[in-house]
Amino acid sequence: MLKVENLIFKKGKTKILKDVNLEIKRGEIHALLGLNGTGKTTLAYALMGCSGYQPSGGRILFERNEITRLSIWQRAKLGITLAWQGPARFEGLTVREYLKCSNKDADVDNILSIVGFSPDYSERMVDDELSGGERKRIELASVIAMHPKLAILDEIDSGIDIVSMPSIRKTIRKMKKGGITVLLITHNEYILDVADKISLICAGEIVKTAKPQVAKEYFKKHCKGCTHLYQVNWEELKNGFKGV
Amino acid sequence: MVLKEFETLLNIYEKVGGNKDVFKQRNVANLLIQENRVLNSNNAEGVIMESRQTRNGVIANLLVKQKVKVKNPVHLCFGVLPKEGRQEIMMNISVEDGAEVEVVAHCLFPNAVKVIHKMDADIKIGKNAKFKYQETHYHGNYGGIRVIPRARVSVGKNSLYENIFSLIIGRVGFLDFDYEVNCDEKSVVDLAMKVYGKEDDSIKVRESVNLNGKESKSLVKTRVVLKDKAKAEVIGETYGNAPYAHGHVDCTEILIGRGAVAKAIPIVAVKDDRAKVTHEAAIGSIDKRQLETLMARGLNEEEAINVIVKGILK
Repeated sequence: MLKVENLIFKKGKTKILKDVNLEIKRGEIHALLGLNGTGKTTLAYALMGCSGYQPSGGRILFERNEITRLSIWQRAKLGITLAWQGPARFEGLTVREYLKCSNKDADVDNILSIVGFSPDYSERMVDDELSGGERKRIELASVIAMHPKLAILDEIDSGIDIVSMPSIRKTIRKMKKGGITVLLITHNEYILDVADKISLICAGEIVKTAKPQVAKEYFKKHCKGCTHLYQVNWEELKNGFKGV
Repeated sequence: MVLKEFETLLNIYEKVGGNKDVFKQRNVANLLIQENRVLNSNNAEGVIMESRQTRNGVIANLLVKQKVKVKNPVHLCFGVLPKEGRQEIMMNISVEDGAEVEVVAHCLFPNAVKVIHKMDADIKIGKNAKFKYQETHYHGNYGGIRVIPRARVSVGKNSLYENIFSLIIGRVGFLDFDYEVNCDEKSVVDLAMKVYGKEDDSIKVRESVNLNGKESKSLVKTRVVLKDKAKAEVIGETYGNAPYAHGHVDCTEILIGRGAVAKAIPIVAVKDDRAKVTHEAAIGSIDKRQLETLMARGLNEEEAINVIVKGILK
């Protein structure tokens, strides 16, 4: 469904993504695992077409069509969406109105129940009235309301209380059952368990893609305590700063 | 002629969200003015409405008697239907001790090409009273109007005063809004203003609150959206003059496109070291994260901006 070929993204002179190659098959939950600062969110933004994240090399194919130069809205129209790690808050917009932006025919009460909320939540405002965890779950609800072909979930579990974790995991499984392909960015092993496949990213490169058990073992053995990222980045950052 | 004007005004009233039936109900206090003529006026239990025609407008008095809790909102409608005209309203509102009332006002100038509307209001709210005033304007699409509302408000001990001013449909034209509110002990004041400026609209707003009473509180909240070549200057003032007075000034101005100009001037001052007054002012374009979130859900840029603006001005 999604194929990323030799994707490069630079910020200044620093290469944040270096020849990223990734393939996500239709219907799978594909997790992206990596330490902080390895390029996970940058890759998510580049895939969604966010402004300021235009790749300087490589290409992105979605259902065999190149989308590298398409706008965020054009990609959404093709069926790609993103749940931001730090979702936006909207003054004056109720949860119901927000979910209806994803799909005007959305069954709001039902979608709220999927993410573990009662129908009363539909009249809450999508502003500071929601806690960080609640906002994350509403973000997931808005992705479900859209019913995309590919949902990129950037640390959807961060800030969620431990009691609500099973509901998040269940929701991601439901999305898969409902035909939504998921690219899941997470550090959480419990959430990681829903993945069919895991790709490990290190210093802007995919270093391994494997079944969860194999990928997790590789991560424990090679990535935990790895200084590779920092060595590479310090050097590159120094060069990058010279150009600023 | 009068009946035709009455019906025309009511139809416009309905178009901008009002319920025109309220002007035909006996238990609803109301006042409907076209230019300098009173087309309809009605009192309700405990609510006395008096009006007198002047050369260019109307002097209107609204009295809500002591301890009366008015069930149905009082409806006011001020209109100028022709393309040209001048309307000067002198309004005296008195909400006596313990009274509670909500006023829904509409100012309608649908065809204004060269119209001036001046409002000079004197509002007195007694002790332990509640007064909510919601004013919606519709100025049509020509922008040929000058609207100059002035108000001096005194809010008594333990009383609540809420004011919502909304001008978001059609053009603004020229708006010069100036309200000054004096607050007694433990009173609460909530001023909200929402304006959407387009083309060469010019908006000038001054909202000033004097927290003179101990433990009085206020919030001055302004939301302005500007596009094309519209310009706005918003002055939000709050003075903490008494112990434990607490005020906040919150102004957000959003610019769409390159031609619009926005200015926000929050003025906060404290005379008593136990008082606290804070302010926040933000001027800028539409938030990128908000825009991209909605676009990632399939809305195009224009649709996404509309959703965000609608929310801000709600």
